[in-house]
Amino acid sequence: MNIIVCIKRVPQTAEAEVKVDSSGKDIERERLTFDMNEYDTFALEEAVLFKEKFGGTVTAMSVGREDAQDTLRIALAKGADSAVRIKAEDFDEIDAIKTAQLLKAALKDIGYDIIFCGSIATDDAYSQVGVALAQLLGIPHATLVTQIEADQGRAQVHRELEGGLLEHLDMALPAVIAVQSGISVPRYASLIAIRKAAKKEIKTIGSDEIAADDLRADIVIDKLFPPPVTKMAEILTGDPSEVSEKLSKIIKDKGLI
Amino acid sequence: MGEIFALVEHRQGVIRDITFELLACGRDLASKTGGSLTAVLLGDKPDAFVDSLKAQANRVMVIDSPLFKEFNSASYQGALSQVLSSEKPMVTLMGHTAFGMDLCPSLAPSLDMPFTTDCLALDIADGKVTATRQMYDGKLNAEVTLRQAPSYLLTIRTGCFPASDPGLEAEITTVDSPIAAEPDYRKFIEYIEPVVGDVDITKSDVIVGVGRGVKDKDNIAMVEKFAEALGGVVGCTRPVVDSEWLPKDRQVGSSGKTVKPKLYVALGISGAFQHLAGMKGAETIIAVNKDPNAPIFAEADYGIVDDMFKIIPALQEKILELKG
Repeated sequence: MNIIVCIKRVPQTAEAEVKVDSSGKDIERERLTFDMNEYDTFALEEAVLFKEKFGGTVTAMSVGREDAQDTLRIALAKGADSAVRIKAEDFDEIDAIKTAQLLKAALKDIGYDIIFCGSIATDDAYSQVGVALAQLLGIPHATLVTQIEADQGRAQVHRELEGGLLEHLDMALPAVIAVQSGISVPRYASLIAIRKAAKKEIKTIGSDEIAADDLRADIVIDKLFPPPVTKMAEILTGDPSEVSEKLSKIIKDKGLI
Repeated sequence: MGEIFALVEHRQGVIRDITFELLACGRDLASKTGGSLTAVLLGDKPDAFVDSLKAQANRVMVIDSPLFKEFNSASYQGALSQVLSSEKPMVTLMGHTAFGMDLCPSLAPSLDMPFTTDCLALDIADGKVTATRQMYDGKLNAEVTLRQAPSYLLTIRTGCFPASDPGLEAEITTVDSPIAAEPDYRKFIEYIEPVVGDVDITKSDVIVGVGRGVKDKDNIAMVEKFAEALGGVVGCTRPVVDSEWLPKDRQVGSSGKTVKPKLYVALGISGAFQHLAGMKGAETIIAVNKDPNAPIFAEADYGIVDDMFKIIPALQEKILELKG
């Protein structure tokens, strides 16, 4: 089975302060750490589980700048067999639909039976690439996938809907499966695997292979700004004992204890 | 000109709330373009749905077929690509939901329509469509401009456009289903209801919610003791469930439980909108987080900017003292 997994290197912003840079259209990157988009870690795990079950190879692909190679090497260390970087530096203003176009172009000479990706990237939060890629390739898709079982060219897929409700779909393969977080528990890479991955070649594809004029972005970012604060909590200050004193009184005054 | 379409979302025989928010957003856009608003309803004998939509739009377009009893993005795409190609609305709106996320990013490029997703606000001026979205875990807003084209597709975040009753009297039009069968390459089989766990957190007056800040499964026991001191139960965010530190039935948020306790104590929760959607109905919200800019503080009544592991023991002690 030819298994593809699409991954993205993103700043880890869930617990970090994020500041707008002087252009007003991008963020300050200096103090942020970068790693594989969390949803893609689940896609990678699912891709490797598929390989373990059905045999074949996992190809990890990423549209990114040179440092995306570090992220692709993590994928190699966790079970991907080969890695392809599409050189973001060759194609300016890359939004989700352009990412999908680039992935499609890069897949031209790579066979695929199933394509995994994360259902959302935590940096730009579009939730578009996997579903759009399926459309461009002319194959079916499902997003927010929490379970998939494949057999003889079909897949039984569970999608997560609101309120914890799931829907069961019967789909044809090849397909793009955009996974919801939590579909499986991503494995850790062993030190030996990390060392081996460091030596592997990462194929690059750029404007020599993909005609930039054929690509089209749908949106441009005009500006970034902190969300307007319409409401703010009353912040209690002091050491843990002092704030706990204040807070426990508030809780008591409200009749909650 | 400048026609606006809004796609009605329904599931298990009920119109979902996002529909009325889309229609409110659509009326606002129509007032800017001078066009009219059409609610597009795909359903199986959807007369009852039509009744509840009549006052909401200038027109309700009904495609009545057993094929649309449940949502299948492949069936919807088959039908809507034909409807949108012939009707050519300027803007088509759908929810940024499990439904819209599965449909918009494939439908739009199939029609070469520019699109974007998860919009909090929209504007149309001088033929330009601009949207406000959130990026970087909700820590920044982005204003984006869409490539100019005759038609656009947009998904809207839940809770951004309050539903209202404008008292319109919609013209009802019916369209024969443009597709004859559900595509074989993607078939809807059934719904699977969520698993019921040992504790129903929606019944508790006090919920102590934990997020990524809890850091390790071993720390859950400490939070459980704290919740017990408060007479409450432990809930959590999605990443805590993904890490298998707590079961799925403890998850609070749009893909988990919606809770309205008297007190919600958010520990180490940054405040992703999916989580906020599930707990902002709490009477009193207390948040403890190390990051002073965490979005949770905008939703909380009281906040403490500190390490949850320093606050938990101190607060537990004070609460036990007061309880006597």
